[in-house]
Amino acid sequence: MITLDWVYIFAGLTFASFSALTLSDRGHARRFGTAAFWGLLAVSFLFGSHLGDLGNGFLVLALAALAGFRLLGQSHPPTTDGAERAESAARYGNWLFVPALMIPAVAILGVLVLEKVSLFGRPLFGAEQPTIIALGLAVALALAGAMVWLRPSLVAPLQEGRRLMDSVGWAGILPQALAALGAVFVIAGVGDRIGELFSTWLPLDHRLLAVIAYCVGMALFTFIMGNAFAAFPVMTAAVGLPIVVNQFGGDPAIVCAIGMLSGFCGTLTTPMAANFNVVPAALLDLPDREAPFNGVIRVQIPTAALILTINIALMYVLAFRF
Amino acid sequence: MWVLLGIAVLVAGFVARLNPLAVILAAAVVTGVAAAIAPGVGPAELWAAALDTIAAFGKAFNDYRYISVIWLVLPLIGLLERYGLQEQARALVGKVRSATTGRILLAYFLLRQISAAAGLTKLGGHPQMVRPLIAPMAEAAAESRHGDLPDALRYRIRAHAAAVDNIALFFGEDIFFAIASILLIKGFLEANGIVLEPWQLAVWAIPTAVSALLIHGVRLIRLDRTIARETGPESGQ
Repeated sequence: MITLDWVYIFAGLTFASFSALTLSDRGHARRFGTAAFWGLLAVSFLFGSHLGDLGNGFLVLALAALAGFRLLGQSHPPTTDGAERAESAARYGNWLFVPALMIPAVAILGVLVLEKVSLFGRPLFGAEQPTIIALGLAVALALAGAMVWLRPSLVAPLQEGRRLMDSVGWAGILPQALAALGAVFVIAGVGDRIGELFSTWLPLDHRLLAVIAYCVGMALFTFIMGNAFAAFPVMTAAVGLPIVVNQFGGDPAIVCAIGMLSGFCGTLTTPMAANFNVVPAALLDLPDREAPFNGVIRVQIPTAALILTINIALMYVLAFRF
Repeated sequence: MWVLLGIAVLVAGFVARLNPLAVILAAAVVTGVAAAIAPGVGPAELWAAALDTIAAFGKAFNDYRYISVIWLVLPLIGLLERYGLQEQARALVGKVRSATTGRILLAYFLLRQISAAAGLTKLGGHPQMVRPLIAPMAEAAAESRHGDLPDALRYRIRAHAAAVDNIALFFGEDIFFAIASILLIKGFLEANGIVLEPWQLAVWAIPTAVSALLIHGVRLIRLDRTIARETGPESGQ
């Protein structure tokens, strides 16, 4: 049975080799800090379940310190130049797309088919996070295929991976850290307090005002939390259900479905949604990647604002009719 | 209300442009300590609360490791880039005469939104699709019509490539009834005594999905005009 632990070991070994290659890279400007960062992440993937909660906490503290004191840097392992790449592209042609497209193809196949397959009476995939297991499997297969086909040196994919990983840098674990912050917020009851503030201070005596408060509240709270899933239970329990649905008679399915989509408008505008908004800015080498509102967010804001307005109109028109 | 201090730390940290990773940890600790504030609670209890919060953060960070598994794709993407993946994506676009930045991005929008609506949310993503394929294609389409691009415009095109992936995903996936957000709504309503089938929720994601396609589609078509205006008359082929 392939379990999530296998994927974690794969990831741990990958980060461990990034770390080792960084350490042996004498030309690297921030050799030790960068090696320590990816090394600690490797420890987290390989041994995280044995470190204990406080141990993991101190591990994250160390990661944050390395990032906060700017001890990470970009590596420049040897790679091909523009002319070589153009020549290679002409030689291999569109076949180069195949391994890249294999990842979504195998990942989807994994979720649709392999997840349900049993070998020798046991399921092929572990029950936890089958899509992640499928992703790990897809990467392993596509990488193996590409290695056999292109015959690069064995260390080449790790060097190229390290180059790209360094260009993402600490932003690479921002989504994971934000998810963990969300968990701390839940324990401390942050959402409930915000919900109380909303329902106490806003005059919601007309159904249009209530609809606006709920939709804008979902977007705003998602902006703060970076995640509509965290905002939904809070705002719906504070405004959506008691006021829009129960007091004014809105249809719960319509109110909740459009409420969630209003939250997504908030996701498009916040640096807190790091995996959607910050990571791509790093991956695409945008110069303002560290600005609170980078190029990706600025491009998304007009669309988000228009969709939020339309959501308010849709909820107002539809929710009290059906 | 003291627990909201953590959010203040978060906002202040982002505004002051401190490292977000460090800001997040500080916000977590402040939130945990603030939640413990009560009459008669001394420094020892607050110190214990800080340690408890670090442990809770560490536990959650460990539980959420699967989020960072996505970086496993980088060695493969990097390897393919070494062999000219981005150049091939550009060459492919150069051959299609009718290709413009806006049309390429709109086509990807449709593909991403429709596949997400069919539940195939993994068909896309920034590391796998946008960086190696979509962004180079969008840039190449502008270059083959207008020659070299000013840097600011080049970065705006890249940002648009990233944005299309997000917007198409967000306003497509909820049409699929077995997606996490729909199941979350269903579970929440059930806990409040309202029992609905997932498809009854998913169907109400359609009007917003259509609106998103129209709104962003118009913006993408207008992007072509912006590119033309900022680069002067058509050069190249």
